[in-house]
Amino acid sequence: MVKSNYKDIYVFVEQRGGIIQNVALELLGKARELADALNEKVCAVLLGHAISNKAQECIYYGADTVFCVDAPELETYLTEPYAQAICRIVNDNCPGILLLGATTIGRDLGPRVSARLETGLTADCTALAISDKGDFLMTRPAFGGNLMATIICKEHRPQMSTVRPGVMQKGLRDTQRKGKIENVSIQFDHSKINKIRIIDTVKQEKTRIDITEARVLVSGGRGVGNEEGFKLLRQLAKTIDAQVSSSRAMVDAGVMPHECQVGQTGKTVRPDIYFALGISGAIQHLAGMEESKYIIAINKDKFAPIFQIADLGIVGDVKQIVPLLTEKLKK
Amino acid sequence: MNIIVCIKQVPDTTEIRLDPVKGTMIREGVPSIMNPDDKGGLEMALQLKDLYGAHVTVLTMGPHQAEAILREAFAMGADKAILLTDKKFAGADTLATSHTLAGALRSLDYDLIITGRQAIDGDTAQVGPQIAEHLDLPQVTYVENLQYDGDKQITVRKSIEDGYQLLEVEIPCVLTVLSSSNEARYMSVRGIMEAFEKEIEIWNSDRITINADKLGLNGSPTRVAKSFTKGLKPASQLYEVSPAEAVDIIINKLKEKHIVN
Repeated sequence: MVKSNYKDIYVFVEQRGGIIQNVALELLGKARELADALNEKVCAVLLGHAISNKAQECIYYGADTVFCVDAPELETYLTEPYAQAICRIVNDNCPGILLLGATTIGRDLGPRVSARLETGLTADCTALAISDKGDFLMTRPAFGGNLMATIICKEHRPQMSTVRPGVMQKGLRDTQRKGKIENVSIQFDHSKINKIRIIDTVKQEKTRIDITEARVLVSGGRGVGNEEGFKLLRQLAKTIDAQVSSSRAMVDAGVMPHECQVGQTGKTVRPDIYFALGISGAIQHLAGMEESKYIIAINKDKFAPIFQIADLGIVGDVKQIVPLLTEKLKK
Repeated sequence: MNIIVCIKQVPDTTEIRLDPVKGTMIREGVPSIMNPDDKGGLEMALQLKDLYGAHVTVLTMGPHQAEAILREAFAMGADKAILLTDKKFAGADTLATSHTLAGALRSLDYDLIITGRQAIDGDTAQVGPQIAEHLDLPQVTYVENLQYDGDKQITVRKSIEDGYQLLEVEIPCVLTVLSSSNEARYMSVRGIMEAFEKEIEIWNSDRITINADKLGLNGSPTRVAKSFTKGLKPASQLYEVSPAEAVDIIINKLKEKHIVN
């Protein structure tokens, strides 16, 4: 492998049901920034079936070139056909960097591809940067968010990384941007693909809303205690048009569903206002919400670690304060 | 049916605290446990043993102290345990780890290879799919449950962001399992007694089928350039006031931020 032959930043543009996922747009925004620092190009890798009409969108969000593979084998995500398509594009074009979203798809595809290409992969990054020497620095939390580690991949290419959704900012959609669309056709190895068949894809009740999209989050922890306590939080959320989220403790206790969990093993959020109610502030929770613009914490324990990162701290009982707050806001 | 479950000993990261003054991680006194998702994978394998009489092998890579989780696996019902331990394995990133495990798996019979979705110390979720690639097997990640259809096929339920998928998969294959997919059984009293009589096989690098240049630090494409804790932010404004006063303070702040009028 000749390292200098590898250049440009490639982004796997994840689509589900033909809809480009937000994380892909966030990655295009970040890739643009990194590519400008390296004086290289941003290339989008768009895989799917009947998705060619989405290629232009990738250009609007920062891509210079879009490699588009439109094939029935790629209609719904499966590891093997997607891995074959990406590896073909990598082997033909030699990217320096390859970015994927740290979604269930990206975290399934990334390691498979990295093993096939025999290169390094850094999972769930929260920061990406180019050093003065031109090294690609990938920073990620480890030990449940207790430690941050900056990883490099010196001798292998492409340098691969998955990035958590919601961490990077997507760029502005610029319909004046120009780029090139390259349609790639692929001969799939069906003997490998045929080992897995999708029987059914079941969407579960959308009672939930995506907490990463919320402007205001009312989040509860152990101090809220139970279903009854969360009722108070829901009433508050309703009055100020907020969503309800929670710490891991309440998900483990079965009070809240996993998709509402904020933290290292849950979601990363950055709302305008984050209410941390009865949340002590374990590091794995802080890892998922510390980028919130304004944090209001209420906790009985004035030594709770949450107060170290909160902007406004109230020492008190959530169950007393929250109903009063809701009542007064209604007036 | 032969099932091999890859498990890892990890520090219980929920027990880690930061030194409030220095902002550094306190590692002392943090207990070592069987990684929760791996335990979910082991439980899934043991349920297949209960139903079909599968033979369950647990495999781990680590220092000698990792024998503790292999004994625990015996006590839960595993039939055979292998510890991969060698100085040459040290410093491995996920790719080198997956090569080491795949190297061992090549000398074993399997119909199913099960790993946890991810380990709580690294949260990478990479080793399972990487093993699958090295062994040229199909993979399903985020598995919630599994049904053996007979012949050479299983049906698995895979968790995805907005629901789940049902997949028919040819075996042998690699599955990565969520701890939430089941309630792992406790060690039985008889199991605990027997766990200490059973023999753990210790394998070093000579025993596995892989080139030495793929192992350990030398076989790792990635390196940690630096690690750091995020440090501490200056303390917030902290109010110890009556609930009514607290409500006023919060409402003023919400007005200032244009959340309410």
